[in-house]
Amino acid sequence: MAEITFEDVKKVYGEDVVAIQDMNLDIPDGEFVVFVGPSGCGKSTALRMVAGLEDITDGKLFIGDEVVNDVPPRERDIAMVFQNYALYPHMNVRENMAFALKLRKVDSDEIDRRVNDAAKILGLENFLNRKPVALSGGQRQRVALGRAIVRDPKAFLMDEPLSNLDAKLRVQMRTEIAKLHNRIGVTTIYVTHDQTEAMTMADRIVLLKDGIVQQIAPPQEMYEYPNNVFVAGFIGSPAMNFVKGHLEKDNGNIVAAFGEARVPLSREKLENVDLDPYINNDVVVGIRPENIEDAEVVENPEGTTPITVEPQVIESMGNEKYVYFELSQAEKAHMESLAEEEAEVGGEDDDAGELLVARVSPETVAREGKEVRLLIDSSKVHLFDPETEEAILQ
Amino acid sequence: MAAATSSGSGNLWRSVAFYAFIAFFLLVALFPLLWVFKMSIITRAEIFASPPTILPNTLTGTSYETIFSDARFQRAILNSVIVAGVTTVICLFLGSIAAYAIARLRFRFKSPFLTLILAIAFFPPVAIIAPLFVQFSQAGIINTYASLIIPDVVFALPLTVWLLVAFFKELPFDLEEAAKVDGATTLQAFWKVIVPLSAPGVFTTAILTFIFAWNEFLFANTFAFDISVQPVTVVIPQFATIYTVDYGAQAAAAVVVTIPLVILVLIFQRRIVSGLTAGAVKG
Repeated sequence: MAEITFEDVKKVYGEDVVAIQDMNLDIPDGEFVVFVGPSGCGKSTALRMVAGLEDITDGKLFIGDEVVNDVPPRERDIAMVFQNYALYPHMNVRENMAFALKLRKVDSDEIDRRVNDAAKILGLENFLNRKPVALSGGQRQRVALGRAIVRDPKAFLMDEPLSNLDAKLRVQMRTEIAKLHNRIGVTTIYVTHDQTEAMTMADRIVLLKDGIVQQIAPPQEMYEYPNNVFVAGFIGSPAMNFVKGHLEKDNGNIVAAFGEARVPLSREKLENVDLDPYINNDVVVGIRPENIEDAEVVENPEGTTPITVEPQVIESMGNEKYVYFELSQAEKAHMESLAEEEAEVGGEDDDAGELLVARVSPETVAREGKEVRLLIDSSKVHLFDPETEEAILQ
Repeated sequence: MAAATSSGSGNLWRSVAFYAFIAFFLLVALFPLLWVFKMSIITRAEIFASPPTILPNTLTGTSYETIFSDARFQRAILNSVIVAGVTTVICLFLGSIAAYAIARLRFRFKSPFLTLILAIAFFPPVAIIAPLFVQFSQAGIINTYASLIIPDVVFALPLTVWLLVAFFKELPFDLEEAAKVDGATTLQAFWKVIVPLSAPGVFTTAILTFIFAWNEFLFANTFAFDISVQPVTVVIPQFATIYTVDYGAQAAAAVVVTIPLVILVLIFQRRIVSGLTAGAVKG
């Protein structure tokens, strides 16, 4: 077990394709860190640099106290779980798990003991003599994990290990990996494009975009205090609503105004923040769908801002409903950094792109095409600079 | 209902035509072999009968007795096995390493390099046989196994490399990376993971190389003139005296030397067709 440190680590492909830009990160021993970001953000490249499968263009990478820039993968003592498992098809489960130990000339009693232990932890005892081809997706995934844990390595690296599983199995394996980490406590770097996996599994999340680290924070902190528009939009599902707003002073209160809504900002949030340059100026207001509720089902409307909207689409999730609506006289803010994401989900041109979404209680009285009163939780409103897209409130 | 019937009989005709065609194809393909086999089991008189008989009238094992009682022939089979076997081993060893490098590494002039390798295979052997004879004589290896194996390797290697490059390119790259992370050196990853996985490809290549070397006649006929090194391809035409040619014995010998190849293919065809990489990755 060891800590892993990135010191100004940079990766450039060819002459000028920058995959990772001056990455700095300290992963203490035993931490579970998730690299997350949209495809092409450099998260896998960063992981593969730790594994030694990718050269480091500049900067230093430490595993423990040792600079490993020029250390080949086999001498780094790390274990990796690949997206497509990469099991050796000509070996059975036992041989797959024992392969690394055999290469290290561990004696055969010890190999048997460790493989059997790992098989017990992963529930693979009955499959030890099967070839990978005779296993289900979930079992293959477990063998891949088993191959990593028998090693007792300095660190685990996992490259989108769950993305080939179906939705139900993914949730189940997610829990199992978390359990496994709690049990053996090895430093782990986990790469995923799925913000839910990042939120549920990570001790800390590293959010990347275009090779640049956007924010490094524990999941709850990243959710509550996103550094910028991109982080705010990436973490959380459905994604945060962004509207163009205006900051005003009103009887000593500072108010974010958009459309007909006027959200007073809570005083705690304003400490240590110099809002003067933004007063009477444009800002981007970010509101999470879960911070908008149907007025009829809210018991204590104190500290909320009412808006009246006409829902266009209502989706029922069973335990909650998504209400899609247009906010009259307010313009949805299309942020440049989120443009790709929006394009990916195809929301740019159709109406859905213009709609805001509220995540309300299933008891909501909202009906499609019928006016309804919603309440915005004023204390949960985020403000961003429209130019830099950085968060204004802390 | 009527439509169903007519389409049913349509299917019937289609499958009859299909199997008729297959039978015809097999007959054409196997005819020379069957004819040689027939020649090997009939009497000398029937071989020379005119018009020739289609099915054998007489059955005799004389031809087989002749060849198996001939020490030259037995020695020639051993020589063929040695020459073709050693050629195959050398070609696979060199060829797999070269093919792996070509399939996996990025380097300049890769495709001209591959073309060059292929060009060697197309070089007519007859064109170099005289200079080779002189050089082999000077080197003192004429009339040894080396004088047969060396040119065989030179001409078989391009084929080996090309086939193996194609197989190695198909293998998932992740497996190698997994092996490296597991603690394998590049060579260990190659021998313990890549080679076993490409077994179907390696076997196919081995068989083709073996057949190539087994059938080689030109170099053998030129460089080997002692029965201690002559392979069967050279010995078979020698079942003749000044006055007569023992066609029956030649046919029997031809059948006998074909059998090892058929056995090889039958043994390995299951390995060739079995998708050994199944289960490595999702899918």
